Amino acid sequence: MNRRELLAFAAALPALTCAGRLIAAPRSPARFLLVFLRGGYDCVNLLVPYSSPYYYEARPRIAIARPQAGSASGAVALDADWALAAAVRESIGPLYERGEAAFIPFAGTDDVSRSHFETQDSLELGQPIAGARDFRSGFLSRLAAVLNGAAPIAFTDSLPLVFRGNTEIPNISLKALGKPAFDARQADILQAMYAGHHLRAAVADGLELRQEVARTMEDEMLAANRGAVTTKGFELEAARIGHLMREQYNLGFVDVGGWDTHVNEGGAQGPLATNLENLGRGLRTFADTLGAEWKNTVVVVVSEFGRTFRENGNAGTDHGHGSVYWVLGGSLKGGRVAGAQQRVTAATLFQDRDYPVLNDYRAVLAGLFRRLWGLSPSPLERVFPSTEPTDLGLV
Amino acid sequence: MPIEPQITPSAPRHLLVALTIVAATALAACAPQAVRPAAATTAVAAPWLERLTYGLNSSTLAEYQRLGRAAYLDAQLADRPAPLPEAVERQIDGLEITRAEPARLLEDVNAEYKRINAMPDGPDKEQARKALNERGNRLAYEAARRHLLRAIYSPAQLREQMDWFWLNHFSVHLYKANVRWLVADYDEHAIRPHVFGRFRELLMATLTHPAMLQYLDNAQNAGGHVNENYARELMELHTLGVDGGYTQADVQALARILTGVGINAGAAPKLKAEWQPLYRRAGAFEFNPARHDFGEKRFLGQTFEGRGYAEVERAVELLVHQPACARFVSRRIALYFVSDDPPPQLVERMAKTFQATDGDIGAVLRTMLSSPEFEASLGAKFKDPTHYVVASLRLAYDGRTIVNTHPIVNWLNALGEPLWGRQTPDGYPLTEAGWASSGQISRRFEIAKAIANGSAGLFEPEDGSGGAAGGFPQLASRVYYDAFEPRLSAPTRQALERATSQVEWNTFLLASPEFNYR
Repeated sequence: MNRRELLAFAAALPALTCAGRLIAAPRSPARFLLVFLRGGYDCVNLLVPYSSPYYYEARPRIAIARPQAGSASGAVALDADWALAAAVRESIGPLYERGEAAFIPFAGTDDVSRSHFETQDSLELGQPIAGARDFRSGFLSRLAAVLNGAAPIAFTDSLPLVFRGNTEIPNISLKALGKPAFDARQADILQAMYAGHHLRAAVADGLELRQEVARTMEDEMLAANRGAVTTKGFELEAARIGHLMREQYNLGFVDVGGWDTHVNEGGAQGPLATNLENLGRGLRTFADTLGAEWKNTVVVVVSEFGRTFRENGNAGTDHGHGSVYWVLGGSLKGGRVAGAQQRVTAATLFQDRDYPVLNDYRAVLAGLFRRLWGLSPSPLERVFPSTEPTDLGLV
Repeated sequence: MPIEPQITPSAPRHLLVALTIVAATALAACAPQAVRPAAATTAVAAPWLERLTYGLNSSTLAEYQRLGRAAYLDAQLADRPAPLPEAVERQIDGLEITRAEPARLLEDVNAEYKRINAMPDGPDKEQARKALNERGNRLAYEAARRHLLRAIYSPAQLREQMDWFWLNHFSVHLYKANVRWLVADYDEHAIRPHVFGRFRELLMATLTHPAMLQYLDNAQNAGGHVNENYARELMELHTLGVDGGYTQADVQALARILTGVGINAGAAPKLKAEWQPLYRRAGAFEFNPARHDFGEKRFLGQTFEGRGYAEVERAVELLVHQPACARFVSRRIALYFVSDDPPPQLVERMAKTFQATDGDIGAVLRTMLSSPEFEASLGAKFKDPTHYVVASLRLAYDGRTIVNTHPIVNWLNALGEPLWGRQTPDGYPLTEAGWASSGQISRRFEIAKAIANGSAGLFEPEDGSGGAAGGFPQLASRVYYDAFEPRLSAPTRQALERATSQVEWNTFLLASPEFNYR
């Protein structure tokens, strides 16, 4: 499809938009994106506990070297204890310096199964760990239900658990996009077949989203024409997400895979560093794409669990417990390592294996949501039942 | 929304003329006297047949016309294999999974893992690991290929749907541990023989299959190192349902009862003399008394003395005779076949049949299929991706043998319902809410277009030996005119009239509400 066709396509949009429900403008300017690193990323090699001699002892092959004062490469010291891996130095480093990024170590769930599926489910459901789970109620869906003017969307193939609930939430994967399968006339005919049908809104949303995405692709082409670097992978996906969240949506979810580094994960370079670099670049692109709206936006990066503190026999790491969450945002009071912390020694490992969880993710997110949207206790209780919010003062 | 009749000069008229010719040709090919009455029967029976099968095609309609409804239902419920078309059977005969033994496979895989782990780190080791995984993936692909060919071409359409249903009820995930090597056997020997049989035997076949034991970790469940994963799902997802009246203490007791139920693809363990009579082995399944917790347990209100595998059989017996099990399983079947909200009185009658027949699945199905509730529900069940894709192919390529199933597997991946692709043990959703999100619907329309334009390569052999070019399918077939056309709504008719090409017409038909429900 050439540019002229794309433009003609975009011109046909307003008529289509009237048929769907996407026109409702968000009432609060706040935007929130949850990024889920599926597989349990090795947080210890992102936020490096460089003041801990035990870190270097436990990871003879994969530890990241101590930051060098005045060096423009390598890990960068954030404070006297923590350093940020070089992999995200260029992308996230400047955000951190501006106070637009923070890290919360020892964060996670109280699910100690160390099973990917179990713990991912626990995290997405956000329900108290004891008691029956309701698989039709994810915490972002509950958040969408209590917000005034929520415009939620999942940037995934199917609706993730975190967005399951009573109201219909649109979803679209932005990973690999061909050109839209239907032109405006065909989309119109397809919608007309569902005119009196209960799926009318879902059909309209689905077809419109594809067209909206087509417009994003037009922007990509324009950017390319101005000589911008060609983006790919998560960076490209993040640019598309940024566009949609700037224009239409205020509550988003995306997942990124490839973090289950049991074997040869590498240190300052290697598979994990490459993944982190791509992630960091993508998140930075997301921030840049939001433009003026970045100041209203908060991104939280989570993962189901951390990994073993000691490297294993295959120069990798196995399933662990506590993780390090990232918080990014244009108006963040960041530039610090936030939340409850403790010294990193052999004796303070959880079950002699991994990081403990000192910052329960539900408490942390509840505290964040309370600030971001001014939520009172009763809606917060609906989002995260039986949770006392922790206020880290980040927003 | 009012539909403005679109004035597009000439194109629709051309199409109508073309369709009329197609229809006339189709009709002319049949005996003139037989056609109209049969067509009338077909239009009436179509909704019923669409629910009983994966979707209509000419051989299904012919069989129905030959047998009538009662005998057709009997034939569908008959617990005997139905022959596949020869060209399909030949494809399945040629697959490696047709000859592979799971115990042998596991032995090979374990030996290969051992060899790879002993290799020095480096590209060779990575290469070997990759090759092993690729071989496992190929076997899992073959299993999907066989399953899909049967779904599309077997005359035993109810059996094929039940095969999918039970695979989903006892769901396993391909990418956990060695499951990919085992799914072909799991389908063929744990599920298929029991789809219309006794629920207890079906349950035992899954309980003793290495795919399930690996997927839900019971292979690691041993005295002193109890893993509750399988015990919990066995009650929550397989038999009683989450509100089935059991407690956390029952989960723990069942987990202890299940200790020692595991996998062994190698030599039998050396056991103390008193344990040797308690040892069980069948293929890669093993009950190892040395790993069993022989302490006393209280399970569902009963005391279990430490007796080894006999405890497992007794626990299963107890589970399948719980009224909650009859209700839970009946409701799941009704969810799949009747409604997203099955009428409680129907579920109750099905559960009564379940209890009266010692869990005879065929009898439970007959209760359901002969009920007025089933009749009243026709046409209102949203097709899950498997039903959607299989129904589309049955209509689009009626009578032609697909030789390349990669596009079909890709479509199911794209729609989020690949075989053995569900990570969580709860199986894929059986209701519309799980499949009708906006993103899923627009993706489905894209797949409709891919099926409609015939360019996916379904007729190009997988070995790359070339073959017939596709060309787009003729969905405006006699089956369409007899079974679909009379039931189309006005908006769908108007949409079809606005089509400017056969491919577009095909796409609109496959995207229509009528085609997306069964």
